[in-house]
Amino acid sequence: MSMFGQVYVKDNQYKIKGDFHHLTPNQPIRDADGWKLLGVTNPRDMTYIHSYGGEAVFFESLSQGKLMATRCDNPKCEAQGTIYQPFRIHCMDCLRKCTVIDMTDLAQKTAKIHTFMVCERSGAFSILDKPIKFINVEFDGVATILMGYLSLGDPKIGMSVVPIFKRTSPTYTILDLSWVPSGTPEKRLPEGFSY
Amino acid sequence: MITFSEQQLKVPKLARPVYLVTAGQSKFDRGFPDKRTEELCIDALTQAAELLNMTPAELKSYIHTCYYGHFADHFGDQLLGEAVIHDRLGLDPLGNIGVKTGGATGGSTLWEAMKTVASGYSDCVLAMGWERMDEVPTDEGNFLISCAADKDWESPLGHIYTGYYAVMAQKYWQVFGKEEESFRRTLAEIAVKHRGYARFNPYAQGPMKITVEDVLKSPVVAYPLRALDCCLMSVGAACAIICDEDTALKLTRNTKNKPLRIWVAAGSHTLRPADRRDMAIPLLPNETADQYKDLEERFPGGGRYPGFTGFLGARMAAWYGYRMAGITDPTEDLDVIELHDAFTISDVQTYEDIGIRPYGEGRTYVESGDCYHTNPHTGKPGKLPSNLSGGLIGCMHAVGATGIMQTFEIATHLWGRWAEVHGDEKIWKSFNRKKPSDWTDLQVKGANRALAISHAGVGSHVTATILMDPDHLLKADA
Ligand SMILES: [Zn+2]
Repeated sequence: MSMFGQVYVKDNQYKIKGDFHHLTPNQPIRDADGWKLLGVTNPRDMTYIHSYGGEAVFFESLSQGKLMATRCDNPKCEAQGTIYQPFRIHCMDCLRKCTVIDMTDLAQKTAKIHTFMVCERSGAFSILDKPIKFINVEFDGVATILMGYLSLGDPKIGMSVVPIFKRTSPTYTILDLSWVPSGTPEKRLPEGFSY
Repeated sequence: MITFSEQQLKVPKLARPVYLVTAGQSKFDRGFPDKRTEELCIDALTQAAELLNMTPAELKSYIHTCYYGHFADHFGDQLLGEAVIHDRLGLDPLGNIGVKTGGATGGSTLWEAMKTVASGYSDCVLAMGWERMDEVPTDEGNFLISCAADKDWESPLGHIYTGYYAVMAQKYWQVFGKEEESFRRTLAEIAVKHRGYARFNPYAQGPMKITVEDVLKSPVVAYPLRALDCCLMSVGAACAIICDEDTALKLTRNTKNKPLRIWVAAGSHTLRPADRRDMAIPLLPNETADQYKDLEERFPGGGRYPGFTGFLGARMAAWYGYRMAGITDPTEDLDVIELHDAFTISDVQTYEDIGIRPYGEGRTYVESGDCYHTNPHTGKPGKLPSNLSGGLIGCMHAVGATGIMQTFEIATHLWGRWAEVHGDEKIWKSFNRKKPSDWTDLQVKGANRALAISHAGVGSHVTATILMDPDHLLKADA
């Protein structure tokens, strides 16, 4: 009986349990005319072990209903006071460690769609429903424009949106953050999500 | 608001002149069930030798170091694929290195090759690029391409790169295109033009004789972009031989290839568009700050530069490249160009990024007809024809080879060999392709200077490759 690969960390060392790959037999590739051998298939199903490093707090916070950003507080930096979202561990100018700030409130009050795209297709391993409504969200006082997805309604440039968080059964990925039009009643939010 | 230091804005200077002497490419196609990548690379190198009336072995004897552009290891499921090709080309024990910069890989490979010769390390180098994108089906391919976006912040969002790119197209479409039906038709015209030119290119994978209406009726991929607005996914290889002056003269003696001066410049911008910060527009020699003062008034929402509408990486590649080579007005100074038309809208955006038209007005270049070999409005030669190869939409996008294919194409115009390389019945036959009865010679007559833009995804890496006939330089000390 196979078991999903699981990982925890003890004394800053990865400890792993379960299966990190699944074996599927390969097959020959033949020419339909003449049955000549042209190649083989190479099946591959493997689980990776990935560290979030200094961004871990961002992803953990999503599961707690908080949108964290960072700000350069280096008085000697030209970019002092710049708020970064996406969260940047280090300021892109002075490379000093940024201060982690909670910008949930700012996002609730000022988030607007900068641009968007409704995409009918997705790639393998995508778990989002199609069509995917990609949105790029701008905030007052934030230097950058965050990419995300709109869970309800139709996107329009300039539209006000608010963040929602997957607090029930979080995935601990960027998918735990989504957006809905301002004023959407909480009971309409997708399963597992809340304000 | 970000600014650049004087040191960062130093105009690059080559320590000695560098020349492109020959180039070659394989057939391009969606898949090659019957060929390994090395077979395609050998096809490309063989053609490069033949254009110099040499055998591959003779040409190889001049090569001192090798630069291999190959973007996606995971597509071909082979790490160090460069070492495999290097061995199969029989170039051991020469030093070699792999280059990967997404869609700009081909251009970046030439960038490295040029610097190696300019520095004096080598007198003759091989720049070879390829891509193998037929080892997985489309959904899985989309997943692999999405791995070129940020793996924590973007890729999980659908695992579909088109989505990350198309948000930028949407912004451009609304702000600068004003969602006008006429702009939508202009984009469709580009698709018709590039697929049409591909019909005269035996190497091209996607030739089509279509109309604007066909493009507008093709399925929506990511509105406003439709299936026929998008580039191809290809397999193939292309190469170029870069030399110092003495070697260039030796290799081209008694051949139809005149050594061409080559300059390659590079720019970059954030991998995630999300990280772009606002800045003043870096100006090209033919622009003034004044002309952009009222950009926001003319195009509401367009005042934020580069925002999601401009490509700073392309702008900076042109910024460095034009100054290196002495170009003061690209439309006047250049004779033929190849741009990275990943989508029809990218073609329009690039006309702006590289200063063919000011920001916001890229469409007018297409509408003027001057991007055609023969201007459809006047019947006269287009002022600065673009993508006569068919580009990424009509010819190919075998990522690591693309920037080198573009350079091969513009070089054939400067050598006056376009018709020979694209019209030879033998080539059409060997690719099992039919030369159309209305095949047309697209040679740009008297072409002396040319440019190719190689561009990665959302603009993380961009290179500008400039070729000039050494008897038509714009700056004596370039
Ligand atoms: Zn800083």
